[in-house]
Amino acid sequence: MASGKDLNATDYIQHHLTFLTKPVGEGGFWALNVDSVATAVLLGVLGMGVLWWIVRGASSGVPNRRQAFVELAFEFIDEQVKGVFHHGDRNRFVAPAALTVFIWVLLMNAMDFLPIDFIAGGLESLGFHAWRPVPTADVNTTFALALSVWLLMIWFSIAAKGLGGWVHELCCTPFGVRPLWASPFLVFFNLLFNFIEYVSKPLSHSLRLFGNMYAGELIFMLLGLLASVGVGWAILSIPLGVAWLLFHILIVGLQAYIFMMLTVVYIAMAHEHH
Amino acid sequence: MEKLQMLAMIQAYTGIGIGLMIGVGAAGACIGVGIMCSRFLEAAARQPELTNSLQAKVFLLLGLIDASFIIGVGLAMMFAFANPLLAVIR
Repeated sequence: MASGKDLNATDYIQHHLTFLTKPVGEGGFWALNVDSVATAVLLGVLGMGVLWWIVRGASSGVPNRRQAFVELAFEFIDEQVKGVFHHGDRNRFVAPAALTVFIWVLLMNAMDFLPIDFIAGGLESLGFHAWRPVPTADVNTTFALALSVWLLMIWFSIAAKGLGGWVHELCCTPFGVRPLWASPFLVFFNLLFNFIEYVSKPLSHSLRLFGNMYAGELIFMLLGLLASVGVGWAILSIPLGVAWLLFHILIVGLQAYIFMMLTVVYIAMAHEHH
Repeated sequence: MEKLQMLAMIQAYTGIGIGLMIGVGAAGACIGVGIMCSRFLEAAARQPELTNSLQAKVFLLLGLIDASFIIGVGLAMMFAFANPLLAVIR
């Protein structure tokens, strides 16, 4: 973190909020946040790989501790999906997708527990001048996840109702088309309603997760910087930091659970038709 | 001097904006969570056997209610440390 000039609080925070960006094409859209992508891929492979490895050696007799742990996670997800998804075989797609999303988002969120100074300092000695360890604190990652869920929602809508049925649903819910003389206005309002619904779902889905992780990281940094104000504040920042850490442990798990539940709820709602 | 004045004005109003975003957002979120949790306590007192299943839903709804507030905090932090409004005087 050594630079030519004196390091002040704003520079420290901005250094820790800088992504390791590599352009893969022209313009800002094609700037790839290498740290987010690498960490996300690594954690996905690690998480799913460990699950696969444990399940590979699974026995139907008395399970060992690892298998019991995986069975615990599986049953937890299965209970949640069972309560929401009533439109067919949940084991074909929805429950595995929910398990994947939950484990992956939980692992990515849990990267927030690692001290950013150690990670940034260690990787700086390897030549990376900027590195953000939490992929879900990157709005690109959460938007990628939410947009994938959104595409799944549209896919399942069309699969369950047919393309015509889906367009009919877009134009005729929730206000219907009677009386017929008013149907142009009603179709317009139906489309507007559905448009807002379809836009707000992925936006809220992604920004909720992003905001929680980003704010969490930032408050950790600000609490650490309290030490720069004075000795009394430095001592005070320790219990405040512990309190925020305990709260953030809850938030990490909770946000992964909420992301998973909303995934299942959106896909279940896409199967509904009247 | 002109530039310094404009910088001071932008930063002052941004500061007020950040305070409002976080403060009013927190008020809304906390009032909402308070209402929801008071209903939960009421329900748990009437039917204690439902406490566990309701508790799981309480945590889910807590995350959903907090969403807008946290998004506001994230935006406010962005204004605090990477203020895009300063681009006009660069």
